[in-house]
Amino acid sequence: MNINLTLIMQAVAFAVFIWFSARFIWPYLMNQVAERQKMIADGIAAGEQGRQNLATAEKRVDELVAEARSKASEIVAQGEKQRSETVEHAKREAQAEADRIVAAAKAEIAQEVARAKEELRRQVSTLAVAGAGKILKREVDAGAHASMLREIEAQL
Amino acid sequence: MTVASEQTASEYIQHHLTFFQRGDGGFWTVNVDTLVVTIVAGLVTFGFMWLMTRKSTVGVPSKKQALVELALEFIDNQVKDIYQGPTKLIAPIALTTGFLVLMLNAMDWLPVDIMAGFYRNVFHIDHWRNTPTADVNTTFALALSVFALSIFYAIQFKGLGGWLHELISAPFGMKPWWAAILLIPANLAFQLVEYVSKPLSHSLRLFGNMYAGEIIFLLLGALAASSIVGAFAGAVLHFFWAVFHVLIVVLQAYIFMVLTVVYLSMAQEHH
Repeated sequence: MNINLTLIMQAVAFAVFIWFSARFIWPYLMNQVAERQKMIADGIAAGEQGRQNLATAEKRVDELVAEARSKASEIVAQGEKQRSETVEHAKREAQAEADRIVAAAKAEIAQEVARAKEELRRQVSTLAVAGAGKILKREVDAGAHASMLREIEAQL
Repeated sequence: MTVASEQTASEYIQHHLTFFQRGDGGFWTVNVDTLVVTIVAGLVTFGFMWLMTRKSTVGVPSKKQALVELALEFIDNQVKDIYQGPTKLIAPIALTTGFLVLMLNAMDWLPVDIMAGFYRNVFHIDHWRNTPTADVNTTFALALSVFALSIFYAIQFKGLGGWLHELISAPFGMKPWWAAILLIPANLAFQLVEYVSKPLSHSLRLFGNMYAGEIIFLLLGALAASSIVGAFAGAVLHFFWAVFHVLIVVLQAYIFMVLTVVYLSMAQEHH
């Protein structure tokens, strides 16, 4: 156990190694570690953020679905109403048309009846004249009795 | 082994405990083996760490980078537990001390006789001691550097006056004034003992452990060379001692590092 110059040289070597690690190793790796810690913290924060976003989005989706559902049922109800209205309307229209047709038919029938009466009247007068002629068994001057016939015609 | 067969046990041990020295044999001598092993081990250790910082990425680290980062974070946590002061240099000092001592202690794992054969046949050097921490010069150099740093920090934090005042006032104080004449020498004596014992125990604890470990390896080597039975016993005991030595090497390095941080943080505390 003898102390010699080695002690001083070892101390110098030690000092140089301390300087080297303090200058070139420690700060870089500590920076690195700090940076990585920050990165991991950021990642965790981002994950948390994502989770929250997802929850918000899910809530929003639920809202949207509920809204869509109510809107759809509303639309269906509206459609139902519209349909019944349309049917009602068509019914009314058809009824009116039918009434109109019936009225027209009635009018035509009335007209037809009138015309038939007229015709009948005319034929009856002719028939009466012919009958009368036969009854009288003589020539009847149609021209002389025209005014008389017309009178009878009018009375029918 | 060839050496051992021609020597007595004490000659064998003496041979292994001789430094490779250059100089006049007095103070102006250099233990070349101690110095070279220290520098090479330091260069390898801190060069590796430096390389890892060069190639490192913030993203997913490689295994080597993770190893270095793990080591540094371990040191960082240890230092943070002990030292809460503002000095940024404490952690790198702890890193350097811890890993340098660990590497130098680890040289003790190299089998003595194989290494001796290696140095003789490859470098033609007869005397070469592998474990720098089994050289009292190394441990004193480390401990005295820490000692000097602690005095530097003490003066930096308390001022020269404050430091000198503490030398005569702690731990007993100086009151009442009429007792000061007795208390000042007592305080000074206590402080002196404290200042001397710190680097002494710091360095001799490490030196003693590593030196004893080396001696026991050599004794087992001598035992192995004595007879056939001795060779078996030596091999078995050598194995167990080597396993136990794994613990000692790491533990002593850890203790040395922690004490370094403790002494430096104590230097900055006010009594």
